[in-house]
Amino acid sequence: MLNDILMPIVSLGGISLVFGAGLAFASHKFAIKVDHRVDEVREVLPGANCGACGYPGCDAFATAVVVGDAPVSGCTVGGAKVAEKVGAIMGQTVTETEKKVAKVLCNGDCESAKNKYEYQGVEDCVAAAMFHGGPKECNYGCMGLGTCVRACPFDALYINDKGIAVVDEEKCTGCEICVSVCPKNIIEMIPVSSQVQVMCKSEDKGRDVRKYCTVGCIACKICEKACEYDAIKVNDNIARIDYEKCVNCMVCAEKCPTKSIYADFDNRDPKFIKSADKN
Amino acid sequence: MGFKLLSFRGGTRPPGNKHFTKNKNIEKAKVPALVYIPLKQHVGAPCEAVVKPGDQVKMGQVIGKQMGFISVPIHSSVSGKVKSIIPFPIPQGNKEMTVVIENDGLDTLDDSIKPRDINALSADEIRNIILDAGIVGLGSATFPTHVKLSPPADKHIDTVILNGAECESYLTTDDRIMIEQADEVVAGLRVIMGVLDVKMGYIGIESNKPEAIAAIEKVIGNESNIRVKVLKDKYPQGCERKLIETITGRQIPSGGLPMDVGVIVNNVGTAAQIYKSIITGMPLIEKVITVSGRGVENPRNLLVRIGTLLEDLIDDCGGYAGDPGKVIIGGPMMGMAQHSLEVPVTKCVSGIVVLPKEEVKDEEILPCIRCGKCVEVCPIHLMPLHISAYSLKGDYESCKKFNALDCVECGSCSYICPAKRPLQHSIKVAKEAIIAENKGKASGDQ
Repeated sequence: MLNDILMPIVSLGGISLVFGAGLAFASHKFAIKVDHRVDEVREVLPGANCGACGYPGCDAFATAVVVGDAPVSGCTVGGAKVAEKVGAIMGQTVTETEKKVAKVLCNGDCESAKNKYEYQGVEDCVAAAMFHGGPKECNYGCMGLGTCVRACPFDALYINDKGIAVVDEEKCTGCEICVSVCPKNIIEMIPVSSQVQVMCKSEDKGRDVRKYCTVGCIACKICEKACEYDAIKVNDNIARIDYEKCVNCMVCAEKCPTKSIYADFDNRDPKFIKSADKN
Repeated sequence: MGFKLLSFRGGTRPPGNKHFTKNKNIEKAKVPALVYIPLKQHVGAPCEAVVKPGDQVKMGQVIGKQMGFISVPIHSSVSGKVKSIIPFPIPQGNKEMTVVIENDGLDTLDDSIKPRDINALSADEIRNIILDAGIVGLGSATFPTHVKLSPPADKHIDTVILNGAECESYLTTDDRIMIEQADEVVAGLRVIMGVLDVKMGYIGIESNKPEAIAAIEKVIGNESNIRVKVLKDKYPQGCERKLIETITGRQIPSGGLPMDVGVIVNNVGTAAQIYKSIITGMPLIEKVITVSGRGVENPRNLLVRIGTLLEDLIDDCGGYAGDPGKVIIGGPMMGMAQHSLEVPVTKCVSGIVVLPKEEVKDEEILPCIRCGKCVEVCPIHLMPLHISAYSLKGDYESCKKFNALDCVECGSCSYICPAKRPLQHSIKVAKEAIIAENKGKASGDQ
């Protein structure tokens, strides 16, 4: 009777001891060393898995940072805050870079820019661009068919009531996906502090631009002459702003004859308002 | 005809609408005062201009130099003075450098144009003549013909087919060429067969062109190595792959070319042009074009100088009949709608179709009901509904798995779709994305 109970206990106990020892040995022998920093980095990332860093998701990016393949500031979505945290984990100091947001550089909506034909087909900018460069007369104009809107993982773009794509700067994380999908290449990354932008990318001659758009850059160079800071230059028939030099005085926007330069006049620095009045 | 007509599985039959111009002779179009000759009218590298503004040019003179093997020279279609060389829109929609020539109306021939004795020429000499004459596939693919006639040594070619199917609606260009220039067409076929050292030649013609069939058969007579194959009147019978399959029973493998199954296909117009260019020495400077549709006052078959603007041609046909809705270069199935008439006729143009406003409908796009019509008609046996759905979602990887690259862009799926879904257009988007990705990979590997 006692044997009937004792034998199974002894034999099973023996087997479990042997297996236990085997497992304990194996867990030491074949252990995969995981850097605890991968989990820590992963923890501070936004977790959107947008892929803007160039890696297939936040996990892959975290691994790449720890291995040393990716820079600590590689997450454009997280920006400076995340870069700082990742830097702290990795023991690196992060030099602060200004956050950039996307902006669609076209003002040629249905009221100011002409169409050359009526488009019927797939509602997609890439598809429309296959037919004679798209329905807009201007080859650099936003067609408003929403390829960027659908591509944005953060819902930061919309088509406004006049048929132009607009970026919601609050929601934009700077992942640059819209920049890469736009067939017209008219979305650019702009520093958040910038209050002045040229809302046109047309490299056509001024005479041609006037034919089909009332708000396009005609390369008249008035802005270039008006700028005291050497911050705006006309090359290839288009004015471009050097955001490093621009101090947001907004004089160019005031002088622009076609109003193709956008400026946030409501938030203009008062000292520039005075100087403008003097002129 | 009593016997069963040759055809293939799939395809559809849009209204032919060929009656507008079917019985009208080819007439010479008015030669305009200004011609616009683009330096890229073919598949391959664009030409480089060899004339400059102010130069005097003669008819048939080379104005664009061939750049690379897959390219052909461009010739002046009139005599006169070069006015300017400017970027100008071409039928494909983009702008290309274009030589604008003021026509002096004299048609003074270039000195290089001399008649030749066809019997004294070797195969290589003929290839060079074809290249120098700027001949490309005139069906509208514009692939340089001399390249087609120089297959790699490892490909054994045993059959030449001339494509006289002309399955597109409205167009009667090839039909009229076969009726009026049957001798040249058959002689051109003999030249091609001679160059390739091929014993068997076929001319595939749809059954809706009895006059053309009769004309060609009369020229062939008892010749045993050239045959007319009468094909069923069905779209896209003129698709190279389907034509080869119908006539020889051989199927081109996915991603392959006709030469992979030992066949070379040329358009009947190309064959006639080859023969004419050899005999007369005149390069390709004019083209037969059908101007048709209910939107044009007087539909005609015209022999048009390359570089004539569309507006001149429409004028030549009595202008618009009522309000135009769409002007299409090529046929309504595969052609390209134009937004401006300031576009010159190039080697790719085989017809201009003007649809009146009431015929152009902007159909509402409805959800797919999985009826399978597109699968039924697809001549390549693809599943357009799936490729299109993946393309619209941006999943080009899946499009690739469904063989989007094999699509011949015939548009049968879009035509038949009861929900009016833009199937072919979305497949084309996927194709371009896949091709761009492949190119990126190829350049990354290097």
